[in-house]
Amino acid sequence: MAPATPSDVLRIEDLRISFEMHGHLNEVVKGVSLRVPAGRTVALVGESGSGKTVISQAIMGLLPRNGIISQGSIQFSDPLKDGKVLDIAQLPADGSKMRKLRGGRIGMIFQEPMSSLSPVHTIGSQIEEALQLHRPHPRKEARAVTEKMLGLVGFRDPPRSYERYSFELSGGLRQRAMLAMALICHPALLIADEPTTALDVTIQAQVLKLMKELQRDIGMAILLITHDLGVVANMADEVVVVYRGEVMEAGTVEDIFRRPSHPYLKALLKASPDFDMQEGERLVALRNVAPVAPTRAKRVYEGNSAPLLSVRHLRKTYGSKGGGSVLAVDDVGFDIGRGECLGLVGESGSGKTTVGNMIMRARKADSGEVVFHGEKGAVDVLGLDSHALKAFRPHMQMIFQDPVSSLSPRMTVLDIIREPMIIQGRGDANAQKQRAVELMHAVGLDPRFLNRYPHSFSGGQRQRIGIARALALDPDLIICDEPVSALDVSVQAQILNLLKDLQASLGLTYLFVSHNLAVVHYMAERIAVMARGRIVEIGPRQELFRNPAHPYTRSLLKAVPLPDLDRKLDFDVAMSGGTASDPASWPTEFRDTKDGPLRMIDLGNEHSVLAAERCTAHDIRCA
Amino acid sequence: MLRYIARRILIMIPTLLITSALIFTVMQLPPSDYFETYVAEMAAQGEKADMSRVEFLKKEYGFDKPLIERYFLWVTGFVRGDFGYSFEYEMPVSDVVGERLALTVLVSFCTILMTWIVAFPIGIYSATHQYSWADYGLTFIGLLGIAVPHFLLALIFMYFANVWFGLSIGGLMDPIYFNQPWNWAKVQSVLAHLWIPVLIIGAGGTGSMVRAIRANLLDELQKQYYVTAKAKGLPPGKALVKYPLRMSLNFFVSHIGDVLPSIVSGSELTAVVLSLQTTGPLLLRALQSQDMYLAGSFLLFLSCLTVVGVLISDILLGFLDPRIRLQGGRTK
Repeated sequence: MAPATPSDVLRIEDLRISFEMHGHLNEVVKGVSLRVPAGRTVALVGESGSGKTVISQAIMGLLPRNGIISQGSIQFSDPLKDGKVLDIAQLPADGSKMRKLRGGRIGMIFQEPMSSLSPVHTIGSQIEEALQLHRPHPRKEARAVTEKMLGLVGFRDPPRSYERYSFELSGGLRQRAMLAMALICHPALLIADEPTTALDVTIQAQVLKLMKELQRDIGMAILLITHDLGVVANMADEVVVVYRGEVMEAGTVEDIFRRPSHPYLKALLKASPDFDMQEGERLVALRNVAPVAPTRAKRVYEGNSAPLLSVRHLRKTYGSKGGGSVLAVDDVGFDIGRGECLGLVGESGSGKTTVGNMIMRARKADSGEVVFHGEKGAVDVLGLDSHALKAFRPHMQMIFQDPVSSLSPRMTVLDIIREPMIIQGRGDANAQKQRAVELMHAVGLDPRFLNRYPHSFSGGQRQRIGIARALALDPDLIICDEPVSALDVSVQAQILNLLKDLQASLGLTYLFVSHNLAVVHYMAERIAVMARGRIVEIGPRQELFRNPAHPYTRSLLKAVPLPDLDRKLDFDVAMSGGTASDPASWPTEFRDTKDGPLRMIDLGNEHSVLAAERCTAHDIRCA
Repeated sequence: MLRYIARRILIMIPTLLITSALIFTVMQLPPSDYFETYVAEMAAQGEKADMSRVEFLKKEYGFDKPLIERYFLWVTGFVRGDFGYSFEYEMPVSDVVGERLALTVLVSFCTILMTWIVAFPIGIYSATHQYSWADYGLTFIGLLGIAVPHFLLALIFMYFANVWFGLSIGGLMDPIYFNQPWNWAKVQSVLAHLWIPVLIIGAGGTGSMVRAIRANLLDELQKQYYVTAKAKGLPPGKALVKYPLRMSLNFFVSHIGDVLPSIVSGSELTAVVLSLQTTGPLLLRALQSQDMYLAGSFLLFLSCLTVVGVLISDILLGFLDPRIRLQGGRTK
């Protein structure tokens, strides 16, 4: 290849990186070449384990101690120094030259805004530190520059925000603080490692917009590392797809999305759910795992039209410091039909997980009613005493978000799956083991793994173990709390398909809690949207996606980045009026005013929306 | 923050009341008391105890009164600074403990100081050079320090000091200074004797401290904010001290609470072996002879120090960690 031209800020050539493990070299980056032109955005796309994060660590000189660059070059040419080229691969990682680049000329932000900031230092002091390291200012001036930067990334009251601690901020604000820290020295290159993966859609749209604006103002190039093709389509000028440490495909965003040529990229596009999927269309996982359909008889619900679960007026308040309290769940009610999947969507803090926990009796509800209509008649779930509750437990089970912490690392898979049966006294050890084997088949795992411990499994496999455990007692209803949000796209497709197959073959009923609209769209027949502890809109999937009535639902739908160049996010529309879940940004028809309380207004087709009592369906359609 | 401190102080009161009641009950539990032990001991030696004196003391200290009343006499006395009377030494408890307490505080203070000065650099080095040969070596030495009992270490020291240098290293000063008023020569003698017990008693503490610092720091070194600090361009040493080390201090500050009681107690056996004039052997003897006021007052004093120590830890933690200061008391 030709030497780096002045227009490329970064040029990586034939980069090979190995990790030393127990005396063996394990090559994780195998001859990657890519470039980042000045002022442009290049997306580095791949699943976890593809080596994309390792590449970013190598650029920053932050490889773990056992990581070795065995070959290739990382050429950084600083536009401020007339394109003088520095080979980062040759620089000592902690030398002064590299430290000047780090934070000074190359900034970085990370996936976890929660843990990326120190909780014991104010955000202002952490941001100012970066400034003082590379562009020293007198104290007062430095504070002024820092406050200006805080204002630039969207903090409302910079002087006060300077004094705040990271744990006092929401995820979105934390990521803004990280951006301020990375950009305060006006670097030539920003490396963003999954910057919005942990954020809600509306917040994600805001942060993406902010990155674009800052790029325009400061003129830096962005290396955007992500697995979300929707984000790529909306942000990138060029795309590099990596798989197992090798570049599969590279080109402009137009080339990549309109004419994907490599089978891996095509498969990746097919594995992510989007809103255009037809009824009955399946996601295609990259690697197929074929579960064996369980032989149990499917539940038949004919002649019983009552819903399986009715929730009414559920309410929960959390106490907080200084005697104040937060109304986490406010008058929530819905029905789940037999064999149905009801999706519960909302941003973090909207109360959706609390609803699931209260139905499970994992948290105490302040008031409300949960009625389960089982084969033996109606059961008042919240009124059960501890003895009756234990007997009732097998009817409802739960699948959790985090596949790592939801399985005890000290129990074998067999013990994990058997535990519910032991607690409920189902059968003897032999029968339990047999059932465990059957369940392993059902979730597509090899029963020979039963004697292993959870740490030897991948995230997707662990989630399968969690599903097997939830199925062990043959439940009627399963509450799935964000079951795929910790997983990669391709693994996500496998798990979603597995859940769908199990639902069909066993006649299961799901309450599917998620913040990901595309996932809920794929799974649920009916969807309820939660904001600020209340259900603001509920309806059949097609209705809700075609004719969203509530302003919050509308902004949610608008904020989802789609992997489609013809339907790019309209950042200005998606962002109108600050936070989308703030009632102050909604038209008066949807606000809780003194004129009268809000109620669910029927729009027809089982579609209802939360609005002022006086409104008619017509008012709302026109609002 | 003020409310937080006030609440903490209020909680101390019931804690101490319950503790004192427990100590008092334990003191009363044995079937005999000091006087019976004393009379029996005298009888065993073929002598006659002065029964009138015994009767007088029994009356003076309310042994003829009900239990509850005696408890209140004792506790209220404690508040007034009257710690009771040591029957064995035949003088007030405060006089018995007197000089010994000062010496004990001196020994313990030096020990703790040495522990921190030695443990911090080693712990930090071990954590940042995990699984290196130096780490393994230092960890091994630390484990030795934890595993070998103090009194055994003391015996070994004494033996070799005697065999190689012909020295007697016991005691905290030359015997000629016993019960002498303080002067420069006495101070010099104390300083010359001090380092041996400090070294011996500190060995175990240093070992466990190194391990704790290493473990806590290793946890923090994995955290994302440390990477952020390095990504800013901070030099490695500065990034280490400002971020992970500061965070790992929380454990250390909570530990300060335990240090306070151990300043006056702890390492009794070593003190006995080295015949140190500290409070440890005194407590041991008081428990053996059922010298109830000496033992009880001592235990209650330790409890007070523990509670105060925890209070100091909590207040320091509040200052050090804004999460505790700003989020404490929030219910989930």
